[in-house]
Amino acid sequence: MQVLRSVLRSGFDAAETVLARVFPAAWNPLLNLGALGFFFYWVITASGIYLYIFFDTGVHDAYTSIEYITHEQWYLAGVMRSFHRYASDALVIVMLLHLVREFARDRYRGVRWFSWISGIPVLILVYLAGISGYWLVWDELAQYVAIVSTEWLDHLRIFGESVANNFLAPDTLDSRFFTLMIFMHIAVPLIALGLLWLHLQRISKPRINPPRGLVVGVCLSLLALALVDPAVSHAPADLARVPAALHLDWFYLGLYPLFDHWPGAVTWGASLVLLVILVAVPWLPPLRRAAVARVDLDNCNGCARCFNDCPYTAITMVPRSDGTPFEQEAAVNPSLCVACGICVGACPTAMPFRRLSALVPGIDLPDRTAAELRAQTEAATLSGAGRVIVFACNEGVAAAQVADAQTAVVRLACIGQLPPAFIDYVLSRGLADGVVLTGCAENTCQARLGIRWTEQRLAGERDPHLRARVPRDRVETCWAGRQGLATLRREIAALRTRLEETGDAAA
Amino acid sequence: MRRLSRYAGQLLFFAAAALLTGFFASRPVYQAFPADSALIKLSFSHGAVRKVECHRLTSKEIAALPPNERRPNTCGRERVPQRIQVTVDGKLVYDAELPPTGLAGDGPARAYRKFTVPAGRHKVELRLRDNRALTGFDYETERAVELKPRQNLAIDFKADRGGFIFR
Repeated sequence: MQVLRSVLRSGFDAAETVLARVFPAAWNPLLNLGALGFFFYWVITASGIYLYIFFDTGVHDAYTSIEYITHEQWYLAGVMRSFHRYASDALVIVMLLHLVREFARDRYRGVRWFSWISGIPVLILVYLAGISGYWLVWDELAQYVAIVSTEWLDHLRIFGESVANNFLAPDTLDSRFFTLMIFMHIAVPLIALGLLWLHLQRISKPRINPPRGLVVGVCLSLLALALVDPAVSHAPADLARVPAALHLDWFYLGLYPLFDHWPGAVTWGASLVLLVILVAVPWLPPLRRAAVARVDLDNCNGCARCFNDCPYTAITMVPRSDGTPFEQEAAVNPSLCVACGICVGACPTAMPFRRLSALVPGIDLPDRTAAELRAQTEAATLSGAGRVIVFACNEGVAAAQVADAQTAVVRLACIGQLPPAFIDYVLSRGLADGVVLTGCAENTCQARLGIRWTEQRLAGERDPHLRARVPRDRVETCWAGRQGLATLRREIAALRTRLEETGDAAA
Repeated sequence: MRRLSRYAGQLLFFAAAALLTGFFASRPVYQAFPADSALIKLSFSHGAVRKVECHRLTSKEIAALPPNERRPNTCGRERVPQRIQVTVDGKLVYDAELPPTGLAGDGPARAYRKFTVPAGRHKVELRLRDNRALTGFDYETERAVELKPRQNLAIDFKADRGGFIFR
């Protein structure tokens, strides 16, 4: 599993790096897969509502009404039909990529099992909605879909009568079954939307809207596709004839040839095995979890910064329990905490300047305490001109490779774990001449919000912010990801040159 | 220049994504059925006779039953399996025993079979046994059919309409 994840992650990292050269960081399509999925959902919904105005729900008139939509009102309803079709296909693409990417980045185990598991029924429902949509056109493709689907269901032998018998001959066609499909095509996406809400329950500030630039690009692409290669129907369904050459939608119907030709026991067995694997994957093997964040009430004043910054809603503010005159205190839900340490970076008491008392912040990671971070920072014995301390996220580049006599590396669970006061501490105490912060590639933070909060803290837009007295030209950020060793070296060299030019280099 | 190349890159990405989506949304064409063949589809659901025939209870047997379950007749639930045979142009293409459905074996037996044959003239023979006998058939049909390419010849079975029905 580890090898598979590693290979996939390398692939995603490479693709994201290529796209980062083309798109602004916020627009990178691979970093907006979930948000794009939502966007396609809304495109499908809006176009579907418009199509429904002209769609005749009777089995014998459905085809005629869709021909009107496609050919007579091609300029609007026809374009809408193509939007409906292609956005549905795009939804499958981004949904599957999203699933594989979260697997590759190991963001499906441990406390994140919930998002993974709640995504599985959404996946199934999206397919159900798409397949029922093809059914409604009632052309030869719909006939094929109807017959293969019902034959597949009949293999279960749970229905009193054969479902496929409905499509035996023209005189056996039952319009009630068609009505059921229409109901399914509307109800299933609504259920999926409810499940998507559940899917997002354990993350805070989810991005469900893609950036505007990406939306424009996607819409123009859909429009171009709708005009160049509009969605059209096959010949009308005729149960007296067997559908032969079919323009299958391989995104939704790619497995239908197998369902058609393989024995039912094999296809049902394979589907069941696949489902079991999908469900079991978060525990294959279970994640060895780091110790979750711990609140120290003696140092917590209930300021709620950790609560605001936690990417996984693992922190709640509860009434004070220790009799001190504060209203609230932070409480960590161990079943939601991923031990990213972003709460530590948000805590104003994680102040390395503290000397009169031990450096015990209001919230801390037992496995990587703020005191340990300070001790490691102070232990950096650098020499020469342009001394640099690199604070590096564990998920980013293997920063240890840049360590030398002039460069020390301090590792963190996430770059968001670093309280900005540490930068002030390093520079004001002369521990180094410059500071570099490095982590995951931009917008790909493993803990979702570490880079975003760090940028805002450095810019003075988010508490606790970097003090104004810290010279910004002595601080560099490098969001280069795991494959960004060369970029990190380059940024360090650039900082060093700058330090020499400004005379800030110690030697 | 750098900005221009970025725009070109974005254009290329969206074009490639649209091409990929558009292509696999309807291509490559899948040949679900040979264009010069026809299909004979046998599909029916039929209940055979019961394994144990209904019989009249003796007064002794009735008296032995709880008062609320006393009745003059009793029938076994389970049905016998049916035997089906399909021959096309003299060649036996389907010969099976169809068990009754249901946990108690009291439901109708079901058959659903598809036979792909070349378009043209064919002689189709069907035989079904639905009684307790071990040999012979209760329903037999033989028909010559002229099948066009891609024609779907559906064959159903309704005992109350005399047996096999060609649709």
